[in-house]
Amino acid sequence: MITAKEVTKHYGEKIALGGVSLNIPKGSIYGLLGPNGAGKTSFIRIMNQINAPDSGEILFNDRPLHITDISRIGYLPEERGLYKKMKVGEQVLYLAKLKGLTTAQAKERARSWFDRLDMRSFWDKKVEDLSKGMAQKVQFVTTVLHEPELLIFDEPFTGFDPINTNLIKNEIKRLNSEGATVIFSTHRMESVEEICTDIGLINNGTVMVEGPLLEIRKRYKDGTYSFTTTVPFEFEQTTFVSQGDIHTGYQTVLKLDVYPKDLVIDLAQKGQLIAFEEVLPKVSDIFIDIVQNGPKHNTL
Amino acid sequence: MRSPILLIIEREFITRVRKKTFLIITIIAPVLFAALMIVPSVLASLPADHKNIVVLDEPALLLPEVGNEQFALDYLNPTEFDLELAKDYLRDSDKDALLYIPAGEGWDPDFIKRNILLYGKEDIGMELQGFIENRIEEKINQQKLLKQGVDPEVVNQAKTQVSIKSFTLGEEDGQDETSATPLKMGLGYIAGMMIYFFIFFYSVQVMRGVIEEKTSRIVEVIISSVRPYQLMLGKILGIGLVGVVQFLIWIILSSLIYVVVSQFIYPEIFAQQSIAGPNGPDLNVLETAGVFDMLSSINFPLVIGGFIFYFFGGYFLYSALFAALGSAIDQEADSQQFMLPVTAPMIIAIITAMNVIQEPNGQLAFWMSMIPLTSPITMMIRLPFGIPLWEVALSGAILVASFFAVVGVAGKIYHVGILMYGKKVTWKELYKWLKY
Repeated sequence: MITAKEVTKHYGEKIALGGVSLNIPKGSIYGLLGPNGAGKTSFIRIMNQINAPDSGEILFNDRPLHITDISRIGYLPEERGLYKKMKVGEQVLYLAKLKGLTTAQAKERARSWFDRLDMRSFWDKKVEDLSKGMAQKVQFVTTVLHEPELLIFDEPFTGFDPINTNLIKNEIKRLNSEGATVIFSTHRMESVEEICTDIGLINNGTVMVEGPLLEIRKRYKDGTYSFTTTVPFEFEQTTFVSQGDIHTGYQTVLKLDVYPKDLVIDLAQKGQLIAFEEVLPKVSDIFIDIVQNGPKHNTL
Repeated sequence: MRSPILLIIEREFITRVRKKTFLIITIIAPVLFAALMIVPSVLASLPADHKNIVVLDEPALLLPEVGNEQFALDYLNPTEFDLELAKDYLRDSDKDALLYIPAGEGWDPDFIKRNILLYGKEDIGMELQGFIENRIEEKINQQKLLKQGVDPEVVNQAKTQVSIKSFTLGEEDGQDETSATPLKMGLGYIAGMMIYFFIFFYSVQVMRGVIEEKTSRIVEVIISSVRPYQLMLGKILGIGLVGVVQFLIWIILSSLIYVVVSQFIYPEIFAQQSIAGPNGPDLNVLETAGVFDMLSSINFPLVIGGFIFYFFGGYFLYSALFAALGSAIDQEADSQQFMLPVTAPMIIAIITAMNVIQEPNGQLAFWMSMIPLTSPITMMIRLPFGIPLWEVALSGAILVASFFAVVGVAGKIYHVGILMYGKKVTWKELYKWLKY
């Protein structure tokens, strides 16, 4: 969907992007992850053609990004809002028409979204008379109304209440299953880990690691295993991570150098083992690992 | 699919025109304008306050003057009254004021002029005091001349009233035009003021609109659909359109009110004045035909064309600047430090308007009509006086060229500014943005 080649961007002396290369596969839910100030928003603004890169290029469906492509992108910026004094319906139609829809198209789609999200009563209200949660729904509808192929959400869940967060996560998943490519940009890595298929980790304006989420997590696995047993058990010569009651039994997490074949057999024979699994690292742990130790290359 | 600029213009126009404040201002302003035109005429025609003044004229200086329609003079017999008795008389009578002219010793005009007293039951008005001073000065002058032995006949004829007829020299004999300076002054000044008002009022609305989009945080949503310069231009054009509509309504409504009042409500006042002119005696010498001569001496196509050109040129130039300013700040309260340097040229143009009117072809007038930040006002003031065409063309060209330069620079600042939050911006910072 999107291929970035050596994209750079400077603001005065400050380097925002120092040669970013990324590949965002069609149909993926892509997590663009990194701490504040890593360059995520700068990159997104270039994808949205709000700013031009100093060098490098961005391919949209394998050809250079063109000005008309903005009507195929839906963008929810981190700094978002609506005209407070304008009526909701008019505002939704206006923003949709700016994206290239005709009035009739915009009306029809807006009505159907308003029905789906139970927002019919908003239509003639002014934005300033809506609650925050209601305004967030309106904001979401304006982002997706023109049925974009690519949806970009910058810090999507900050400022959204839990009910809306859930609602919107589900709607985004649905749009993705209907074919839209989705980009989530956030510094709260745990908030998108469960729904991303691919991630790119970005720090100080460069990409540190990128690829399918599961593959990356496997690449950075560090021999952590979790045992759930009926009673606590003894262990030797291992790095202990954690131990404690969980509702199904007693959980011990160990960091081991080799696969604990003998221990598993032993526990199973004693009839104590309820569950055993290898624990893959969290994205935030991978991020810290890379910042401290540098990236690992694919050994699979 | 419609062009996004048109959509933006439409939104800016419709949201503003639908506001209640637009309706109120659009209706109230012409009433005020019309009042400004009508009230002075009505006031001037009101019968003046009549006053009766009793005079104790010991040296018989004023006698036998009886005053005019406004001020009637009555004399007390100096042999029966002194100052104290005269004051008592004033208290008990229905007279309004007492003028006391002392004789002093030996009819010395210098003594008299220093010792004249005026008592009023109420405060003495400026007009009354002026009238009396005027009369007494004239009498003393006459007395002085008589004392020097000048023939009384000559003294009576010494009073002179001058009224000059002025012409603008034509190319050839017989083409001399009646000079219409007062009319040109009025026309230039009103047109300049209108442009000043229009630029100020609507450019500031552009700035407010930009700040509104920034503080409501909708701006990034919008510029992910349209280019920032499209948003800026759409806003400027949309608000400009609001201004044009509002101005047209104002002009039509004010004229209507003026016509209705002058034709139907107070026809007698206005009939009288249309010949005499608003400035009374100054224009008395010009006969009705003279007014037509005056009108024909003004190049109306140039004045009207120039008005439209400078009206829009000035507005576009300033609104682009104001849009850039608005983008750089987070709230209107912060705008003060940037507003003054931008508005100063316009204010200077208004302050110097009188100098320009007095010398419409002077150095000051010339340079201020070349500088694009002052030319819309200064040039407009000068245009009715007949300006060489090359000057108008040059000033217009400079204005257009600087508009494009300013839009380029302002667009850049705007682009960076609208995405910049929570930063106290300085001039130095703005300069840096140009290089982003």
